[in-house]
Amino acid sequence: MTSPRLSRRLPLLFILVGAALLLCGSYIGLFVAPPERMMGEVQRLMYVHVPTAWNSMLALTFAFIAALAYLIGGAWKWDARMEAGIEVGVVLAFLLCVQGSIWAKPTWGVWWDWDPRLTTTAVLLLAFAGIIALRRFVDDPGRRATWSAVATIIAFADVPIVYFSVKWWNSLHQLQSTPQTVSSAFHLPLRMNAFGILFLMIGWIMLRSRIAQARLESELAPPPAATSFSDNAHATAGGHR
Amino acid sequence: MASPMIEARGISRRFGRRWALVDVTLSIPRGSTTLIAGRNGSGKSTLLRVLATAIRPTLGSATIQGHDLVAAQQDVRGSVNLLGHAPYSYDPLSALQNLQIAARFLEIESNEAVLRPLLARVGLEGRRHDPVSSFSAGMRKRLSIARVLLRTLPVTLLDEPYANLDAAGFTLIDDLIRDLHQSGSTVLVASHMVDRVAPICDSAVLLEGGRVASIGTGSAVSERISSNPDKTPPRNEQ
Amino acid sequence: MNQLLAALWKEGLLQWNLRSRFFAVAVFGTTSLLLFSFAIGPSAHALRQYSAGFLWLALLLSSTLTLSESFHAETEHRALEGLLLLQASPRALFYGKAIANWLQLAILGMMLVPIMVVLYDAGTTDLFRLAGIILLGSAGLSAPGTLYAAMVTQARAQQTLLPLLLFPLVVPVLLASVKATSLLILGDPMGQTPSWIGLLLCFNAIYWSLCGLLFGRVVEDS
Repeated sequence: MTSPRLSRRLPLLFILVGAALLLCGSYIGLFVAPPERMMGEVQRLMYVHVPTAWNSMLALTFAFIAALAYLIGGAWKWDARMEAGIEVGVVLAFLLCVQGSIWAKPTWGVWWDWDPRLTTTAVLLLAFAGIIALRRFVDDPGRRATWSAVATIIAFADVPIVYFSVKWWNSLHQLQSTPQTVSSAFHLPLRMNAFGILFLMIGWIMLRSRIAQARLESELAPPPAATSFSDNAHATAGGHR
Repeated sequence: MASPMIEARGISRRFGRRWALVDVTLSIPRGSTTLIAGRNGSGKSTLLRVLATAIRPTLGSATIQGHDLVAAQQDVRGSVNLLGHAPYSYDPLSALQNLQIAARFLEIESNEAVLRPLLARVGLEGRRHDPVSSFSAGMRKRLSIARVLLRTLPVTLLDEPYANLDAAGFTLIDDLIRDLHQSGSTVLVASHMVDRVAPICDSAVLLEGGRVASIGTGSAVSERISSNPDKTPPRNEQ
Repeated sequence: MNQLLAALWKEGLLQWNLRSRFFAVAVFGTTSLLLFSFAIGPSAHALRQYSAGFLWLALLLSSTLTLSESFHAETEHRALEGLLLLQASPRALFYGKAIANWLQLAILGMMLVPIMVVLYDAGTTDLFRLAGIILLGSAGLSAPGTLYAAMVTQARAQQTLLPLLLFPLVVPVLLASVKATSLLILGDPMGQTPSWIGLLLCFNAIYWSLCGLLFGRVVEDS
């Protein structure tokens, strides 16, 4: 059981450790690791691209689990966590698409190459951004929580289907896909970045859930105490005539 | 002593930032007829809608015939009949078709021969094939009454039953309440028309600003209302 | 089962009484097909090449109209709530509505086929299979579309929300339907059509069950 002071500082701790790992990993990946034989310098992008991919899926999976937990149990903290998971997942997915474009332009000469994984990410990004929009348009907290939980489950269930459909669709046109995970001996920067982004993400989700929870608490505040205006607040209706 | 038909404990309901009901605790005996009185915005409709399970309480709980509103929602719906504010009708369809849809979902007889007398009782027989979109508010109310008459249930909730009706419609409601009372049904009537309803009620509950202000005989509550004509209810907002 | 029959009967009555709306949507679909061809230009070859895409895009856009309207009668005077208070099964209500939306979209799709044939010189003799693809694709749009329509009718900004939520979700349906239709029109030398049909069947199986399960949570007060 963590003391209250530690649990308050925990997200900050995660973010600091994560940032440190990411900086070290990126340094090693950019300056120390040798360039990849066939791709050259641009391959170094994989050191952030792959960890971002893992973590964005992780964030959205967390959102999915939180959605299930809310629908089954009804505890408000799960709604806060789901909101955080979706937002962080969407940001990471967006970064993933940007990284993908940065990689594609020097490699294929186009900004977008319809790679199945990246295309699925783009669709996911739009689907979950839509859920964020949905939350903005619903005022009642209960309804907002239930509807976005339902939408999250439906969008998440679609992920494998979208992936396979884009893969089949693309398989006739594209002969190469994005290169596999860094195959060189330097897994160290990759792992450091993976954990770096993971810790950043965890700290971020914790902070964001906290904000969402605080907002929920103000929305769900109990009714004001009875004033002297109304008396006899509790009674039994008698059977007299 | 027989257990109460309706038991509400600390029922509160908010809409956005406004609390429409605050800490309502009631106990309604079996077979009684109770008036729920109060100004516009005092929470009468909200209370009936919560008891009918159309909306959920934000806080608190209640049981009807022993069934919890939230945990045994379907059972409560099988015990409670609501004549609400909203007509619950499909505008593009006719009065008869609307009743037939309700009858089909209730899995009872739905052919015209069976439903026609019901429509006649509420004065809509001549207009039964006309689309509800062409109905006046009073006629829609009559259709809602017909809908309520499809079932005979232990508890009947009437939300402003006299609203939009003419003199003949008033008599219709008076007879309805009387019939329900005589058949041993438990009835809650939310109404402004305290002087008309109080004499036929066993007791009355006065709501002010979403809270229970007083509970007593119909005449006592009626007196209290007429002695405080200008008092505005408190605003329950953050 | 009785509940489902009651729901279907209700939908039948509503669809029949609101049939003029269908005509408006059909005109919209036809106009869309025309506009798409302006985007490509009068090249007969290109038009034929992309005809399947145009058909399904037109159907997708038309679906936003039919779907968002489909719950209007239910919420106007709280009719849906009224039925729920009569102990009506939310699942039956969903399937009734989803089936009605499905048939509407399928009929619209089949009506757009002759337009496609005329405008793009794109047709097929295998009408049976084409009908099958249209049925499967429309079903894929209808199940999640009906669920989302139930949500957005009660929220603000419904016209924007429905496509926003629905379009990313139905990407697989769009891909598979366009591919399958295209292969039917242009020829399928490598026999890929069955995989696309399989994808559509899979999507439908998952979403018709999932949405039916979740509908109750969407329409009940929380």
